[in-house]
Amino acid sequence: MKLRPSGDNLAGYAFISPFIIGFLAFTIIPMVVSLYLSFTNYDLFSTPQWVGLGNYIEMFTGDEKYWTTIKVTFTYVLAGVPLRLTFALIVAMLLNRASRMVGIYRTLFYLPSIIGGSVAVAIMWRNIFGNEGTINQLLFFMGIDQKIYWYQEPTSALWTLILLSVWQFGSSMLIFLAGLKNISPEYYEAASVDGANPFQKFFKITLPLLSPIIFFNLVMQTISAFMTFTPAYIISKGEGGPLDGTLLYSLYLFQKAFNFFQMGYASAMAWVMLLIVGILTLILFKTSKYWVHYESKEG
Amino acid sequence: MKALQESPQAEPRQLQVQKPKFKWGKWLYHLVTGAFALLMLYPIIWLLMSSFKESSQVFVTAHSLIPDPFILSNYTQGWEGIAGQSFGTFIKNSLIIVGFSTIGAVISSALIAYGFARISFKGKAFWFACMMVSMMLPHEVVMIPQYIIFAKIGWLNSFLPIIVPQFFGHAFFIFLMVQFIRNIPIELDEAARIDGCGRFGIFYKVIVPLIVPAMATAAIFSFYWKWEDLINPVLYLNSPDKYPVSLALKLFLDSETASNWGAMFAMSVVSLLPVILIFFLFQKYIVEGISTSGLK
Repeated sequence: MKLRPSGDNLAGYAFISPFIIGFLAFTIIPMVVSLYLSFTNYDLFSTPQWVGLGNYIEMFTGDEKYWTTIKVTFTYVLAGVPLRLTFALIVAMLLNRASRMVGIYRTLFYLPSIIGGSVAVAIMWRNIFGNEGTINQLLFFMGIDQKIYWYQEPTSALWTLILLSVWQFGSSMLIFLAGLKNISPEYYEAASVDGANPFQKFFKITLPLLSPIIFFNLVMQTISAFMTFTPAYIISKGEGGPLDGTLLYSLYLFQKAFNFFQMGYASAMAWVMLLIVGILTLILFKTSKYWVHYESKEG
Repeated sequence: MKALQESPQAEPRQLQVQKPKFKWGKWLYHLVTGAFALLMLYPIIWLLMSSFKESSQVFVTAHSLIPDPFILSNYTQGWEGIAGQSFGTFIKNSLIIVGFSTIGAVISSALIAYGFARISFKGKAFWFACMMVSMMLPHEVVMIPQYIIFAKIGWLNSFLPIIVPQFFGHAFFIFLMVQFIRNIPIELDEAARIDGCGRFGIFYKVIVPLIVPAMATAAIFSFYWKWEDLINPVLYLNSPDKYPVSLALKLFLDSETASNWGAMFAMSVVSLLPVILIFFLFQKYIVEGISTSGLK
């Protein structure tokens, strides 16, 4: 009658050995090497030169482009993620009802998420916002005879990237939809009896009960938004332009490493990125106790 | 007493009055939601329709979805490919990368997940935590040393740096399958053990058939990620005969000339077809995968 997972060190390690080998070979060893390289100048061909904190000091005091990429990336993350989650929540609430059409709508809204990371979609986006693109022509037909040169101005170019990220709200929407279905209708019935209006219901029931899911989404989406590469790389043709307006962190790191062969500097950038992502996650976790409600604690 | 008797009669009457209004609301709902869905899909429809337009017409008639004239030559022209390679070569390369990566990722992740979910061993919590952390680790931190290592062992310009790491498990998939295996009653394992199955026998004969949905979800996502992956091909592949579809499209974009729009759009559509097809065929698994584990 031993119905617990049975103890067996040998078998356990045998089964997870691919993970351990892979983790050491493709994560731990590269991380150690990366940390070492971040204190060196290394161009891939000659031996690494130890420069101590040189790369980090250069990054924060000498490299103007670095601050641009920080600004651009934070704008992208801080505008894109909340917008994407807001859209996801609104549409999820729209779809949270019994109707045969809901399945079809859900599919259609989710489709952009599935193809959104592809080169084809980046190419499409680039052309839709082009000078002669759909957006400008549609604006013309609506009587706005003023072309917007989306990709000639840093701010508007970045906003096309943010819009592309918001367009892919589908996966968060699916998670929210699953969460909404788990909220017992009794809560809303009780609130109706008490005379609550839809806004009160949303802020007093939906939002608190959904907050753990919102929190999870916020963390995962923030991390992945920080690492966005493909759209910026394709839409700016690898340049990050105009005027570094779409120079997302990953793209700048890639340029430093593989266009300029400053492997040491790029490694230092990667470690700062890790720190930023870590700190952001920590902040989210720390603030979570003020706004994330876990039912078990309350009940 | 009288009031109580009246109220059940009052209610149906009220409902009858409200009924037409309710229907109107329903129509409004479908109108708004449907219009919004169309708006979301507009860029994709535009891409599709533009691929049937003459290159010179694509931007002159960018406001219109109807190709006039309707032509298919973009597809034949695009299929001829770029840089001396037919588009078929790029698709073949993508299929090789995606196929091996997916097989590797799904099988290894299932084995690892079984180890985590069903066997208790010293240090399990530690390794499980390592796996969870590796899910959140930015790829950039390991990208450069990985590149250096693969360059040193002579794997550049081959599929190996892209495929081989997949054979060591994928954290998201392991996590998904662990959740799945934990929901399988352990009595089934016990029964198989009494019948004389070893660990691997239990895994192969009991667990694998039951986690097929989770494995399907993992396979679908592995397909998407590898099919759309750009940064690894950019890093590791440098001769066009090894390019996958994603990198080939970038080549189209880089060499774009005034006359090349149509072919580029046509091949963009071709590159999206397998993704969309799999999406419609296996939606169920995708929705489940996302809802239960937060896969992107």
